[in-house]
Amino acid sequence: MSSVAREWREIPGRYNLKGSKCPVCGKVYFPSRDLCPHCRRASIGKMEPYAVSREGEVYTFSVVHEAPECNNRQKPYVVAMIKTSDGIMISAQLVDVDPAEVKIGMSVRAVLRKLDADGESGVIHYGYKFVPKR
Amino acid sequence: MDAGIVSYGAYVPRYRILPETIGNVWGADGKGMGKGLYINQKSVPSPDEDVVTIATEAARNMMARVPEVNPKDIGAVYIGSESHPYAVKPTSTIVAEAIDATPAMTAADLEFACKAGTAAIQICLGMVSSGMMKYGVAIGADTSQGAPGDALEYSASAGGAAYLIGTEKVIAKVNKTLSFTTDTPDFWRREGQPYPKHGGRFTGEPAYFRHITSAAKMLFEAMGTKPEDYKYAVFHQPNGKFPTRVAAQLGFTPDQIERGLLTPNIGNTYSGAVPLGLSAVLDIAEPGDRIFVVSYGSGAGSDAFDITVTDEIKNYKKENAPVMDKILENPVYIDYATYAKFKGKIVMPQE
Amino acid sequence: MREVAIIGVGVTKFGELWNSSFRSIGIEAGLKAIADANLAGNEIDGMVLGNMSAGQFIKQKHIDALVADYSGMASNHIPCTRIEAGEASGGVAFRQGVMAVASGMQDYVVVAGAEKMTDMDDTSINSVLDTTADAEWEASMGLTFASLHAMIAQRMIHDGIATREEIASMSVNSHFHGALNPNAQFKKAIKLESVLYSSKVADPLGMFDCAPISDGAAAVVLCPLEYAKKHTDAYVKVSAVAQASDTLALFQRDDITSFMATKVAAKKAYEMAGITAKDISVAEIHDNYTVSGIMALEDLGFFERGKAGKAVLDGQVQVGAGKLAVNTSGGLKARGHPLGATGVAQIAEIADQLRNKADKRQVANAKYGLAQNVGGTGSAVTVSILEAI
Repeated sequence: MSSVAREWREIPGRYNLKGSKCPVCGKVYFPSRDLCPHCRRASIGKMEPYAVSREGEVYTFSVVHEAPECNNRQKPYVVAMIKTSDGIMISAQLVDVDPAEVKIGMSVRAVLRKLDADGESGVIHYGYKFVPKR
Repeated sequence: MDAGIVSYGAYVPRYRILPETIGNVWGADGKGMGKGLYINQKSVPSPDEDVVTIATEAARNMMARVPEVNPKDIGAVYIGSESHPYAVKPTSTIVAEAIDATPAMTAADLEFACKAGTAAIQICLGMVSSGMMKYGVAIGADTSQGAPGDALEYSASAGGAAYLIGTEKVIAKVNKTLSFTTDTPDFWRREGQPYPKHGGRFTGEPAYFRHITSAAKMLFEAMGTKPEDYKYAVFHQPNGKFPTRVAAQLGFTPDQIERGLLTPNIGNTYSGAVPLGLSAVLDIAEPGDRIFVVSYGSGAGSDAFDITVTDEIKNYKKENAPVMDKILENPVYIDYATYAKFKGKIVMPQE
Repeated sequence: MREVAIIGVGVTKFGELWNSSFRSIGIEAGLKAIADANLAGNEIDGMVLGNMSAGQFIKQKHIDALVADYSGMASNHIPCTRIEAGEASGGVAFRQGVMAVASGMQDYVVVAGAEKMTDMDDTSINSVLDTTADAEWEASMGLTFASLHAMIAQRMIHDGIATREEIASMSVNSHFHGALNPNAQFKKAIKLESVLYSSKVADPLGMFDCAPISDGAAAVVLCPLEYAKKHTDAYVKVSAVAQASDTLALFQRDDITSFMATKVAAKKAYEMAGITAKDISVAEIHDNYTVSGIMALEDLGFFERGKAGKAVLDGQVQVGAGKLAVNTSGGLKARGHPLGATGVAQIAEIADQLRNKADKRQVANAKYGLAQNVGGTGSAVTVSILEAI
């Protein structure tokens, strides 16, 4: 059984795309960081929460045919790197779309979906996936 | 009562299955079944969708239309469903987190068959009217299961709608709400059982019709109104036939119920049914329009609402989220094998 | 800092070694290397072991102790260190071993890489591999390790850097050489069509674009260059060992069609060795996926951006064909890819090439050889250069 606490801790990022902004250089990051890789020590204790835009474009993608067990019911499914409208890159599944229709540059938006569950009796994990912007 | 609907949002999954597709598997006349129920197709959730995700999407649509509302001012989230993902662990806290309403708020999950969503609306109306909180969120959503080969397999579908209840900038005032409730075991599901059971013909006259007509008559009396006083009427819709019949019984015309009758197009979304029907009406409603709403939940009870659309709806940013016509356009039709896979009816290998 | 030599090399067969446990594979390569170095064994004063996932695959942590024990070295109580850096475990272990000898702290160090993968089922093995990506923000989001590389390939094709056929040809090149290597897991040459139409893993990559699941081990013996002649005539000099890091997650990179860590490590390595890419005549590169191999050839400076694919497709990197032979061992794809062993096996192949022991796959007159080992999606890269003496 996976750690309940570990996945719970990531809820702000997984549900609401909460990342970090460095007040020193203005750069934004996802997932959130305690330290700006650019400013390093100058940013310790100063990083601010930042809500990443939920809209973006497909930068690259692939259709997964060999999947981990938890995703068996969704094979084949699409994974993608998405560039959000505020310039942040995120990796996620692309759902509610015919794999044959996915194109680099496609407009997409973030939704909340089930990622997996710790078996039949364990906790259900929710997180972001993206759907085509219609 | 000053309270009413400040915002609303809806969501229905993209996938559809036809009654004939289902009928073919069981050697039944699916098309005939569909005609008899007045259901042309029903919605099917994707494997990664459930009441949490559907309620979240509806709630986010609802919040998108009121960008000036601070989610932290939401004092309560109540979600009614008969397919909450957990038996113990509320859907409402997950959705509350996903719309950034936590932590200074209360929440709970409701169950009352198909009327748990409207019960949530009533609770929120009470809480905001009493001054306990600025806003309450009430959601009705379901991913209902119909037993394979049973009549309910043709109708049990998925969808949900969310309502932001408050007293400021109300777009639809709730003039009155009342209910008619009895212990009537027409339809039930025991803990741990995968599929519900029902009393067959008993679900008609003593259950659905009795409670809806009783609540409706109580509302007419309380408000001194007649059917012609309302522009629209929304009734619980387990199929297309029952609401059509009860509307006629009460004196409403087919025109009045047409807009709010979604079941023929998406199936019975259970706790989502009346909330979705009402949202379709609100999509086209004008200031001054009066709406008559009566839900029904097996077990049994009906919640009735007398609603008047306000001038505020002209300022309402409805276009910030998809309206029902947009949500329902270009659905994707699936076969029974895909349906069985999506609904988890195929026994998958365990780890 | 002293100069370092490799005086002995040992590899096991790579493949599905059902009859061999981790314990037996781990020591087999080491014993071969020590014998090849003409050492008795008591000279060894340190061991470094590259192993990615014994903790998961065979449920054994503290793998350093296991190897020290079963190789007989524990009775001498020498220090044994286990290195984990994803698939770069072997390459990083090699660098650590070289540093130990170069610094003067140790004289005779055995660097080994070993992995026993087949004691676990395929789906679970792939899940372990997925954890070398970002477990929290890539793997848990449903992105498999293969799909990350597939996304790189998709973008490369979109940007016109390589075509699908060019990418696939890396596998053809690996199998061409695997057919010449008696220790390879796959000893059959294959056609391009077989790669293009192999069963789908993550579009556009199919099964034949992906390195197999393998068991195996490799080991080399290091000593100061000045001592090498005492033990053997067949030794090579370690001219450079460089290592570079990068972000864990692929989506945090500025460019995904190139591994900056490879470029940085390669630049350092060429500087350390005092040579350029043109001086390398044989290279073992990290083709865990065909696309990784194509990228590596450009990142290492062997080909200009957009040109490597065509060169591989035209057969130009086969032994004897051109100025550079790539993956004469069969590469990860055909020779096999026991995760922690690969980095050391690459060193073993280059050493054998420079010592003229590469038999049917021998590159003529090789003076300098290079090995590139990658962890994660380019999150850690080692580039090592060996020189024939």
